[in-house]
Amino acid sequence: MSRPRVRVPRKIKKGDTVTIKTLIAHKMETGVRRNKKTGKLIPRKIINGFEAKIDGKTVFKASLHPAVSANPYISFAISPEKSGKIDFVWTEDGGKTFTKSAKFTVA
Amino acid sequence: MSQIEPSGGVHRRSFLIAAGAGGAAFAAAQFTPGIALADKALTAEAIKKAIGDRKPIEGRVSIDGPEIAENGNTVPIGFEVESKMSGGDMVKAVHIFAEGNPRPEVANFWFSGQSGAARGAFRMRMAKTQNIIALAEMADGKVYMGQRLVKVTIGGCGG
Repeated sequence: MSRPRVRVPRKIKKGDTVTIKTLIAHKMETGVRRNKKTGKLIPRKIINGFEAKIDGKTVFKASLHPAVSANPYISFAISPEKSGKIDFVWTEDGGKTFTKSAKFTVA
Repeated sequence: MSQIEPSGGVHRRSFLIAAGAGGAAFAAAQFTPGIALADKALTAEAIKKAIGDRKPIEGRVSIDGPEIAENGNTVPIGFEVESKMSGGDMVKAVHIFAEGNPRPEVANFWFSGQSGAARGAFRMRMAKTQNIIALAEMADGKVYMGQRLVKVTIGGCGG
């Protein structure tokens, strides 16, 4: 579970705005569902945060609530000035993080 | 079918059990007292928490989504704010709310000078047919708002 996947264009034309797509496998347990046998609430466990950094600088950030579907897909835009590396971090309830990175060139 | 293909039968059976469990959980979420669905007042409260007393101005924010979502568990939603994303015309954040879910908060997105465009997409759970609201917080403090009604055939549990 939780293997993150990202799609980042390898080559970006200077001045262009490109779309980044990300996906992480996660149940996104809402905390309002009940265990069918015991009737007890199943504790909430979701990916509550997402951040993308280009060379260490935050370019896009998201906070997610239980209304976000399982296996959260997030897409957003970037328009980087120069070649670099983009790092993605997903944060789960409880603080566990999942990371992925990609390199791109701007010309 | 299960006589011809025993393994297929097992899969089918376990699928049916799983589907039944999902249905029961959905029913519980819908009808258990204490898990009331959000309404306009709750949504207004959540909006106030996000933007304070600022009055949202209609426009500049468009929400993309299906007119009718057959599966409320995963409804694709996109948004875009008209903005140059430079100088004073910057979108700081976009907040998404759902009026008909157990909780109105859906997601918040923050942008930067390297965003290029204030747009994004994600997938959300929807308990029933409802209005989706997107608020765009600008760098100059103004707040713009867009809405979209999405009809839901089968609600997604929880939310």
